[in-house]
This record gives sequence, structure tokens and C-alpha cells, in this order.
Amino acid sequence: MDKILEVKGLSQVYGPGCDLCFASTGPDFETNICPHCGSIVALHDLSFDLYKGEILGIMGESGSGKSTAVKCLYFDQMPVGGSATFFDDSGQKPLFKLNPAQRRSLRNHRFGMVYQNPNLGLNFDISAGGNIAERLLMSQVMNYSEIRERARELLARTEVLTERMDELPKNFSGGMQQRVQIAKALATRPPLLLLDEVTTGLDLSVQAKILDLILEIQSELNTAMIVVTHDLGVIRLLAGRTLVMKYGRVIERGLTDQILEDPQHAYTQQLVASAL
Amino acid sequence: MTRKPLLSVENLSKTFFLHEQNKVIPSSSQVNLTVYAGKLTALIGPTGAGKSSVLKSIYRTYLPSSGRLLYETAAGVTLDLALALEHQILELRREEIGFVTQFLHTLPRQKTLDVVAMPLYRQGVDKQEGRARAAELLAELNIPERLWEVPPATFSGGEKQRVNLARGLIASPRLLLLDEPTASLDAKTTDRVVNLIQRKKEQGTGMLAIFHHADLVKRMADEVVELMVPVVNV
Repeated sequence: MDKILEVKGLSQVYGPGCDLCFASTGPDFETNICPHCGSIVALHDLSFDLYKGEILGIMGESGSGKSTAVKCLYFDQMPVGGSATFFDDSGQKPLFKLNPAQRRSLRNHRFGMVYQNPNLGLNFDISAGGNIAERLLMSQVMNYSEIRERARELLARTEVLTERMDELPKNFSGGMQQRVQIAKALATRPPLLLLDEVTTGLDLSVQAKILDLILEIQSELNTAMIVVTHDLGVIRLLAGRTLVMKYGRVIERGLTDQILEDPQHAYTQQLVASAL
Repeated sequence: MTRKPLLSVENLSKTFFLHEQNKVIPSSSQVNLTVYAGKLTALIGPTGAGKSSVLKSIYRTYLPSSGRLLYETAAGVTLDLALALEHQILELRREEIGFVTQFLHTLPRQKTLDVVAMPLYRQGVDKQEGRARAAELLAELNIPERLWEVPPATFSGGEKQRVNLARGLIASPRLLLLDEPTASLDAKTTDRVVNLIQRKKEQGTGMLAIFHHADLVKRMADEVVELMVPVVNV
């Protein structure tokens, strides 16, 4: 199997930071706030491999660092430490050593991101079709009718009524906004898709549709995905392997069914027991 | 004729540690068994003897506590399933090892035909062929055709179980783990299931199975392994 992403020792600190930040936070201290300098240790020493076409789950409660991880990978923020290597068709790319133009290129063409809040992933002031066109234009698709046709296809694929492609996404329901966001993220057929709490806050029937859609896309396009969620049900349905995070650290990792049925760490046991 | 077993389990034990209560719960203790290609090994024993735990340990839904689980892969490599990498296990689950449990987990909107054909899709079989083969199996297992295009969420227990079984058998895995595959079926349907399992055996699938009824063990098993309830040292 081919590796698509290798993350090593990824760390992120919000605040001034000091030498004692990492040594005095984490699950053993039951905090991620450094008692010496007051910084928040959002992430410490996150390492994992991701293979082509694989779905990896990152599970944890609010503040565990799971969103910080994907935001660093999508260049929304620069980590304070660690490395991530993307294995592209054209060679290896060390993510945090790239120049801004190279980063933009990966972000626009090779990575897709779906945020919990559609406001972050979509431009609410242009139409649903326009949002997708924007991404296609960045990929050098310039022909108007081709762009329109591709946008229509993508929206149909994600079950957004194509009659509404010229409407503003702010007038859409939450579930439909999320589907437009997925269509936009998929516009360039990226080999890596990052999904941050994409079903949180949606009602159950809409959640189910989005989960189906994600799995269909994965099997059709063989997209590798990182799915960040606090929802054990989402993890069970989507992810083959799962990392469990707490206070910025990975406390347990394994096959998803093993994590859910035979959790080893006290925290995971508690999490699973309280969810079922 | 001596053949190498497809699977040999050596001194497998599984215990659970509950952090909350600071308690060790033994499940399976010192289990030894072998499964050969084209043969069925039946696990018997009272409730609580850890029969399901053995199956789950082999599938790695449980992490074995001790012992070796030596599996001969299609490529001719002997792999200890207790130590194999997660990626290796995922690949084996996709290509070689099937598990029919008593519960059916499916995607909310997935149609029964696609639920059953899923293992084939994962191996790269196209949708049309996958669905055709799923239809054949569902017909053989007596699932009415009107249900094929419906998600199995609303099916009866027995129907769900047969859908589960069809999904487990469709890709003809090399090793199949069966956890009470006939528990909620009537006699006539049980016969159909038995015939199907028998045919898969003849095609070379090695099986490790837990059956609800002793007469099924008699009819199906080539080898029988009895488990005891583990002794708890307080």
C-alpha cells in the first residue's frame, strides 16, 4: 500500500510558550494549559501515517487538539514543531518547509477541506455554483461552459438541487451548505480530504446522507481522508483506523472496531461507556 | 497427508482490564485450536467460556492478551494476527478473512443488494456484477426480492442475519469466522444456510464457527473444540 501522508511529532502551542509547556501539560496533568506561562498546548507530538484511499478517524472531545491537527495540515496555521510529508505523484513535499506559492498550490489543487462551519469553507456572497467555479478557476479550468458543467455535475453528485446552483449558499439549509462545501472540496478531485466535524449539528437524517456521500466518494475516487469528530457513531461508520486524543496528545490508536469494543486506555473506556 | 493449517491458535488468552473498577475480567483462557482450508472447526462451551472472544481476537476486534494466532496468508506467509500491523489486518479483512457476527452494522441508506455486495466492491468488482452475485445469494437464502432494493434497517432479526451471512460469504474468504449464523432462523431456512456453508467449505473456505444447536455442530463440524469458563482468582 502507498503512503500519502506522514506526520511526525506535530506540535502546536497557542501563546508565548516556554520550556516547560510540554512537560507540564497533557493527560497526566489533566490540563493543556501550561501553569508556567499560561499558553495552551493544543497539540504535542502527533505522529501517524495515512495511506492512499484510507479513512483515518481522529476522535476526542472539545479541546483535545483534533481540529488543530487538520488545520495545520491545511496550512490554516503553522505548527510550532514537527513535520508532515505529502507523497504526491510528482514527489515528496515537506509541508511546513514549502514556500507560500507551493503551499497555495497544494491547498487549491491537492487537498480538500470541509469545515464544521460552512461559513469557513464557502463564500456566502457568491452562488453555490460560483463557489465551485472559484476552485476550478484556481485549477486553470477557464472555459465558462466547462466550469458550469463541472459545477453542475459536482452539485448533482452531492445531491444539491442543481436548479439552485445560482442561489447564494447563505439561503440554504445547514445540511445543504455542508454538501455544497463537500462539492467544492472535491472540485479538483484531491487525493487528500480533511473533514472537521462535518456532521456535527446536523439532524440525524441529514447526517446519514452526508456519511453515505463521504463513503461513496471514498470508494469512487479512492480519496484518502482524515475525519475529525467527537461522534463515535461517525467514527464507527467511516474510519478503518482511529486515533483517540486528549489534551493535545494521542492516548490510544488502533483499528476502529478494536478502539470501540476493546478500548485499552482509561479515558477511551470512559468515553465509549458513556456513549453506548 | 499432512497439511499446514490455515489458522493455528496457540494458548490464546483474553482478559479485559476495567480501569474504572480496577478489575481484571478473564474471557478466554489458554485456547488452542486449528482451522484447515475446506474444513469447519466448531467452538463449543457454556455461555461465558469466551467463544465469541476467540473469534473477535482472531479478527482483532479484541486485542489478544497472550498467545499466538498464526495465519497462513494467500501469499504463503505465516502471520501472527496478534502482532500484525493494523494495515495488514485491514488488508486481510478486505481480501481474506470474513466475519459474520450476530449484528448487522450498515450505512443508513444503503440498499440490501449493495450491503451484501460491499465486500466485492472493496475488491474492485464493478457494481453490476456485484449486485448480480448478491441477488443470487439473497435468492438462495430466501430473502424475498421485494426487499433487495430496501435498506435492511427495518428487516426482521432472521432476515438481517441472512443478509449478514450473504455479505460474509459473497467474497469467498479463505477464513470465515461465524458467530451463531443460524441463531434466529427456522428449520427450513437453517437448512438453506447449512447447504450454502457446506458449499463454501467444498470450495475451500476454512471456517471457525459457534453454533447455537448441538445437532448443527454434528452436521457441520470436522473438528470440535470445547472451551471452559475461565477460573477467577479473587
